[in-house]
Amino acid sequence: MRFKDYYEVVGVPRSASQDEIKRAYRKLARKYHPDVSKEKNAEEKFKELQEAYEVLKDPEKRAAYDQLGANWKQGQDFRPPPDWGKGFEFSRGAGRAGPGEFSDFFSELFGERSPFGGARGAGRGGGGFAAAGQDHSARVEIDLEDAFRGATRTIELRTPELTGDGHVVVRPRTLRVSIPPGVSEGQQIRLAGQGSPGIGGGPPGDLFLEVTIRPHPLYEVAGRDVTLTLPVAPWEAALGETVSVPTLGGSVEMKLPVGARAGQKLRLRGRGLPGQPPGDQFVLLKIVLPPDSPQSRQLFEQMKREVPFDPRAGLGQ
Amino acid sequence: MSSIDRIFEGQMLDETTWLELGDFCARLSVERNWVFELVDAGVLEPRGPEPEAWSFPASALIRARATARLMQDLGVNLAGVAVILDLVEERRRLMRRVEELERLLGG
Repeated sequence: MRFKDYYEVVGVPRSASQDEIKRAYRKLARKYHPDVSKEKNAEEKFKELQEAYEVLKDPEKRAAYDQLGANWKQGQDFRPPPDWGKGFEFSRGAGRAGPGEFSDFFSELFGERSPFGGARGAGRGGGGFAAAGQDHSARVEIDLEDAFRGATRTIELRTPELTGDGHVVVRPRTLRVSIPPGVSEGQQIRLAGQGSPGIGGGPPGDLFLEVTIRPHPLYEVAGRDVTLTLPVAPWEAALGETVSVPTLGGSVEMKLPVGARAGQKLRLRGRGLPGQPPGDQFVLLKIVLPPDSPQSRQLFEQMKREVPFDPRAGLGQ
Repeated sequence: MSSIDRIFEGQMLDETTWLELGDFCARLSVERNWVFELVDAGVLEPRGPEPEAWSFPASALIRARATARLMQDLGVNLAGVAVILDLVEERRRLMRRVEELERLLGG
């Protein structure tokens, strides 16, 4: 397993006070919290940060971690010392995050099977006690094309499970999930029975997948509607030509209005993501001049002479 | 145990899926009172006149889970969460607009 330098993760020196650690954690938590952050890998970074804070905020765990010594480097190959945890008196406070969220390094040193772990859940099966398993949620990122056509995605999950002797172990689990056509940003897919197992014969929880759509090079997405910026030549806009427009389902022909303006938004009804009702595709017109050439110059010169037009007439000069 | 060969079909929860208060609480494993607080703070907007008749769109599950995470992870109170969620939504809308305008102006 790889060593985790928790001080480096939180960005404080080893000599930092508990207050300094808390302040540094809060600041980074605001930056990387997946519900507010725009940073890349925010989710991964936030988990790493939570794991580090879980250890450093607790004076007992921090002291034990410090005993490993200051010479370990982040990512270095690591085996826990055989006498790990000896000489410490641990209070069995339950950490907030499930062990499934954290690294092997954490699980080994501070997880349920370590001297720090309480055997939570042990013996619950007796006495007729039954409870439904917990629901889990996970995010799944897909391309816009997949949202349009539907796709199958393989999802890796790390699920905490209760063993017969009352320990919690983390099992990696792979699920293949069918993403139906027409799924939109932020939509949830509920997989019944794929959450935590129930206790004492209770039903298992569900798994909720939250869908995120990756940014697309051509389209902006809002709900089921998509917007495409379409370059058109000045004469196509002026004359109201029929032009070819890409859509998620393939190209279609669209007639521009005569005298179309730059920035004008046209609607292709029902050409967005499928659904009840399906979304629309909006086409945002962008007028592009032809590259400079003697012919184009000659024609613009002719327009300049023959077309009475002052684009700045409204400026009151 | 699930196998890699099996493909799971899920149930889509979209804006047409509405959950009654009891079901909503069960899905989140929370007490009703917590949901009442979220409604009072304006984080959730139920449909229906009184709690017994309330229902919530499935998207409210995401909002409620985000609320729980923000309160727990950042130490923000409910009023703070309401502001954060509104600003995040506003930022998302503006970012879309900015991207649209950049495409219109840029190459």
